[in-house]
Amino acid sequence: MNAPQVVKMYAPRAEIYPRETSGRYARLRWLCVWLTQLAFYGTPWLRWNGRQALLFDLGARKFYIFGLVLWPQDFIYLAALLIICAYLLFLATAVAGRVWCGFACPQTVYTEIFLWIERRIEGTRSARMALDRQPPSLRKTARKSAKHLAWGTVALWTGFSFVGYFTPITQLAHEVAALSFGPWEWFWVLFYSFATYGNAGWMREQVCKYMCPYARFQSAMFDRDTLIITYDAARGEPRAPLSKRAEQQGGACIDCSMCVQVCPTGIDIRQGLQYECIGCAACVDACNGVMDKIGQPRGLVRYSTDRAMALHYTPTMIRLGAFRPRVKIYCAILLLIVCGVGSALYLRMPLKLDVIRDRGSMGRELDDGAIENVYRLQIMNTSERPRRFHIAVAGMPTLSERPRRFHIAVAGVPTLALSAGIGADVDVAATETLAYPVRVRAAAGSAHSGSNKINFTLTASDDAAIHVTEHAVFIVPR
Amino acid sequence: MSDFTSGFWNIYIVVLTLLGVFGCAILLYTQASTKVTAPIDADGKPGHGVGTTGHIWDEDLTELNTPMPRWWMWLFYITIVFGLCYLYLYPGLGTYAGKLGWKSSGQYQAELKQADKDYGPLFAQYMKQDLRVVAANPQAHAIGQRLFLTYCAQCHGSDAHGNKGFPNLTDQDWLHGGAPATIEQTILHGRHGVMPPMGAALGSDDDVANVAQYVRSLSGAPHDPIKAVFGKSKFGVCMGCHGVDAKGNQALGTPNLTDKIWLYGGSAETIMETIRKGRDNTMPAFVDFLGEAKVHVLAAYVWSLSNDVNAPLPVDAPTTANVDAAAAK
Repeated sequence: MNAPQVVKMYAPRAEIYPRETSGRYARLRWLCVWLTQLAFYGTPWLRWNGRQALLFDLGARKFYIFGLVLWPQDFIYLAALLIICAYLLFLATAVAGRVWCGFACPQTVYTEIFLWIERRIEGTRSARMALDRQPPSLRKTARKSAKHLAWGTVALWTGFSFVGYFTPITQLAHEVAALSFGPWEWFWVLFYSFATYGNAGWMREQVCKYMCPYARFQSAMFDRDTLIITYDAARGEPRAPLSKRAEQQGGACIDCSMCVQVCPTGIDIRQGLQYECIGCAACVDACNGVMDKIGQPRGLVRYSTDRAMALHYTPTMIRLGAFRPRVKIYCAILLLIVCGVGSALYLRMPLKLDVIRDRGSMGRELDDGAIENVYRLQIMNTSERPRRFHIAVAGMPTLSERPRRFHIAVAGVPTLALSAGIGADVDVAATETLAYPVRVRAAAGSAHSGSNKINFTLTASDDAAIHVTEHAVFIVPR
Repeated sequence: MSDFTSGFWNIYIVVLTLLGVFGCAILLYTQASTKVTAPIDADGKPGHGVGTTGHIWDEDLTELNTPMPRWWMWLFYITIVFGLCYLYLYPGLGTYAGKLGWKSSGQYQAELKQADKDYGPLFAQYMKQDLRVVAANPQAHAIGQRLFLTYCAQCHGSDAHGNKGFPNLTDQDWLHGGAPATIEQTILHGRHGVMPPMGAALGSDDDVANVAQYVRSLSGAPHDPIKAVFGKSKFGVCMGCHGVDAKGNQALGTPNLTDKIWLYGGSAETIMETIRKGRDNTMPAFVDFLGEAKVHVLAAYVWSLSNDVNAPLPVDAPTTANVDAAAAK
């Protein structure tokens, strides 16, 4: 037994200085940076039909997505979108491991941008390490200030673009010029900027290691055929520096530690798959560069699978591993959901109707014995053009021999008019809701006493395919 | 104000809350480090030089110590400090009201005030105009309809055609008068309509039935002519309120009995019930709830339901133009 020792459960973070890489995967990552950031910063500026193409108007509770206007009632589509995203991630993870983490995740992308800025201002890995070791000096303060200023600028632009998805960005740009943001715009611009600055500048790999739930539950989607970053220990071991290779029969690994120096999460890939590995393949690029220089074949560190390493698969056999049942099932489910959501969106009516029966009275009896019920129709024209809708009522079974006769009497604008006959027309402005009181009248004896089922049908006058039917109850007092 | 039945519960909650907060702090402090007697280093495998927490199960199962970042621990301390500040500033400790004196009712009042500030000028502008001018304004009409659907439709119906006991607002028959100013007065200050029980004053049940038949005859409804003749002789009791011609009196709010419009129903049974038991009907006052300016817009909407808003105005009606001109003088 040793003497008791005190062990700390919390430790200060060791700063990581990832070395710059170049190569196939670095280029791929920069392509992803450009694509995602062009989309993120650029989309709010796109126009569509004289308005912002993508705008989530939380105040008016309307989401504009190009030609589509979604209302709170369409929340199911947001759920569907999230399910599709989740399945895409499952699929990508099952096939290629943490490829999302390594190439497209905002945390990776912004860290990449911030690292680029850092390198331009503070220099390479060794220069940065040296700078941090130095005592405070004018030069150090100037470098650090310049870096944080540049980071801050990118972060503020990011925050501004983010809020531009919720407040029209042209209006926001004018407000920036006049510094006249509302309190919530200030809060979100600064909050999102701070999150970008903090996460990409200071937190970096700690977000993936300690905060991101997805990083951890991805291991549930891994199996032996999932692509991971591997170190070919059979080929690499025993490690030996280049200088000593002559006298001893070493493996291919010259222990140059380049793979460790480039790692953004500070691990040594040669110890095998670790939970910190975000699959960014920086070590693959680094090792390939070294292998090229010492005239060895590439691929000591490479994308491979657990099974392929154990059974010495060829690349073709690895690729065939992607066609395993797990992947096929993910693909099938994904296809099913995408088709379902696609057809639901295609068939979606740009019109909604709620029928609210007046609760104050069961039913009015008129002089001639006819019964009147009052309803409030909430007519929601979700299209971006003013429309006229025809209201019709149908469906009450009659007890008597008399022909069924309904009147819709329209209360409201500008004076009460009793329009006899079946149905009435109503105009609803673009993307507006109209509360429209109507009376439905049944001739004496034409309905059961008690509750009768009726239907309200709205049909657009310019397009008969746009119609909606809502059930309601017509009450005849006993 | 406290909902507690005894002072004990106040102290109970304060003690429990503070114990919880300080308990978290103590737990955090004591658990941030541990004394280990087992080997610190698990020989490089499988932890690769990572230390252990000293816990060993099933002879050789050790728990690796992969320490959390230190800022994580500080976040816990910050939440504890935040919690204490919150409990100091806001109500949370038993009946303690908090330094800021925040109340949900206070927040509601502040939001109401803000809404008044936002929409007040719009209503104030309508307030200056004659009610008939407001009625012809489409925007004011839309606001009026929304007010009506929110505050009036429960009793008068979404279509304003009324219900049993609640008058129809779209016809020309008015209990208290349908002039713009009268409608506004009705909404502002409410109305109370009382028909006293008249059974005893009229006499026997037969007398009541006879008067009911007479009342039906006034509007030309089917009735028993003989009973009606007897009823007419007793109708004098009713004339005090309903008038000699039975056409009602808007000053008293008594209904016209000669038309086909019935507040409670025009069948003989219903009329007899009304005579025997009387009626008591209240329209609540809205002046305190909505304020004069909103009622003005609402009254304009109600007036528009039974009047032609496009008819020419009387010459003396104040319009925005001549009100502004008067103000300028």
